[in-house]
Amino acid sequence: MNKENVIVVNGLTKSFGDFVAVDHISFEVSKGEIFGFLGANGAGKTTAMRMLCGLSTPTSGKAMVAGFDVFREAEKIKQNIGYMSQKFSLYEDLTIKENIQFYGGIYGLTKKQIQEKTDYLVAHLHLQNHQNSLVKSLPLGWKQKLAFSVAIVHDPAIVFLDEPTGGVDPVTRREFWELIYDASERGITVFVTTHYMDEAEYCHRVSIMVDGRIEALDTPKGLKKTYDSVSMDEVFLKLARKAVRGE
Amino acid sequence: MKQFFAFIKKEFFHIWRDKRTLFILLGMPITQIIIFGFALTNEVKNSKMAILDLSKDASSKQLIQKMSIGKYFDATSVLYNYQEVEPIFKKGKIKMVLIIPQQFANDLQHGNQAHIQLICDGSDPNVANTLSTYATAIIKDFQSQLVKEQKLPYRIETDIRMLYNPELKGAYSFVPGVMALILMLTCAMMTSIAIVKEKEMGTMEIILVSPLKPFGVVIAKAIPYMLLSMVNVITILLLSVYVLDVPIRGNLILLLSEGLLFTITSLALGLLISSITDSQQVAMLISLMGLFLPTTVFSGYMFPIENMPIPLQVMSNMVPAKWFYFIVKTIMIKGLGFQYVWKETCILIGMTVVLFGLSIKNFKTRLS
Repeated sequence: MNKENVIVVNGLTKSFGDFVAVDHISFEVSKGEIFGFLGANGAGKTTAMRMLCGLSTPTSGKAMVAGFDVFREAEKIKQNIGYMSQKFSLYEDLTIKENIQFYGGIYGLTKKQIQEKTDYLVAHLHLQNHQNSLVKSLPLGWKQKLAFSVAIVHDPAIVFLDEPTGGVDPVTRREFWELIYDASERGITVFVTTHYMDEAEYCHRVSIMVDGRIEALDTPKGLKKTYDSVSMDEVFLKLARKAVRGE
Repeated sequence: MKQFFAFIKKEFFHIWRDKRTLFILLGMPITQIIIFGFALTNEVKNSKMAILDLSKDASSKQLIQKMSIGKYFDATSVLYNYQEVEPIFKKGKIKMVLIIPQQFANDLQHGNQAHIQLICDGSDPNVANTLSTYATAIIKDFQSQLVKEQKLPYRIETDIRMLYNPELKGAYSFVPGVMALILMLTCAMMTSIAIVKEKEMGTMEIILVSPLKPFGVVIAKAIPYMLLSMVNVITILLLSVYVLDVPIRGNLILLLSEGLLFTITSLALGLLISSITDSQQVAMLISLMGLFLPTTVFSGYMFPIENMPIPLQVMSNMVPAKWFYFIVKTIMIKGLGFQYVWKETCILIGMTVVLFGLSIKNFKTRLS
């Protein structure tokens, strides 16, 4: 295994009875990379991601995440990844500070570490005056930025983002991506699924899944060249139309 | 372990932030005890009674006086003939009519038998039953007074003593019943809702991706409700001793431990419910229909189980509250020790183990 590769996937497959949700996918993601994981609804993105997070056991194939085997060391993987889902992942009836303390706590950070992280995050996100307000009183864009910061509060090797920016405007989305770049520069690998093609352009490399298989994998620039398209939107449509599987 | 405590702390924040629910949880036992203890009582006092005295002599007057002097009956109307009986029931003004026939005094003095008729309003069977029992007792008493004046070869007098509850207070059976009900509700319903809420909000996913073990999460969620329930147990006991005058005759520690055991049984039920549903509404409905109703009906504190048809009697054995009710009654009211409730305790433990097993199995299959 390449030392720089934090995710190595080889022929990973998951089937539910006769239905093959993820069909022999293989790829590698290197440290600090922002890896876009695209696909139409039902293409198998979520299933693939669940396997990489140690939530579901693959049917066959091999996958190493943060240096641990998804079959045998799911618990160790969990300690080394962060996760943020499309559904909202903070507790609305807790304050900002309490949310940070809770997530720090369940990842086993010490009191001191949690205190430092809280101070840092609050200052970094300009939330000094709000740290004791309930999360539900914040605007959606802030919540999402906070949710991302909380997902990486324990400095994981990889952070998985499942459609993290649903429902926010392009400006806020852009701000959110600043945070992602920040994390990437600090050496955190970012594995992100998205429906927004402008976001796909921000990724270092993008894979596009169709019917459980990875149909294309390259830099956004490379993909546009290969598929003779002006935008990622066009690339995606050209590939996704091949799908036989419905939603 | 530290992760575990971080989780419990968070759970307490949830409960604390939701003041309304907290208020209901802690207020429920107080209102329930007061309602059940005072409003809902089997005793029937000051029932309105009509009298049709066709005999009109010394002994009938005596009997009427005896009937209305106690706290059970108020003779509010006097009737003069049989035709008046039905209309007065129809008006709903009275619960019972006492009819003393014309030949009453004559029969009493010359014959060996005299008749008295009691007519009760059977549309309310429980009240009717109680009233006729009270009236019969008073009449018997009257009879034995008369008999004393004569010499009779044999006489059997029944001395009735109500063991454990001499005054036959309703509260003696309601307190253990309410305790079972409240624990069932706070533990089972609130735990199931709390877990399902995480699923609904999407935070469950985050927790599952974290290093926390699913089983640890479930236990951490249950602990705050367990503490709340123990607060409720203590509230109920304090209220019953100081407000309702229901004594704790048995060992307090034993009583509290059994309370804790039943709390855990209820929690296990709550976990099972949360493992089969995905929405808070469904969890609440299942808890209400699946727990509240059987607990009220089958624990035996409202309706005697012995009078139910056999299939229902068999069903009642599956309701944990039935066993807990028996245990509390035995310890608290009868003042008996562990040797009298160990069988029931074992049944509760068995149920808890099975319920936990089922819910863990359910959780695991849903995760993979």
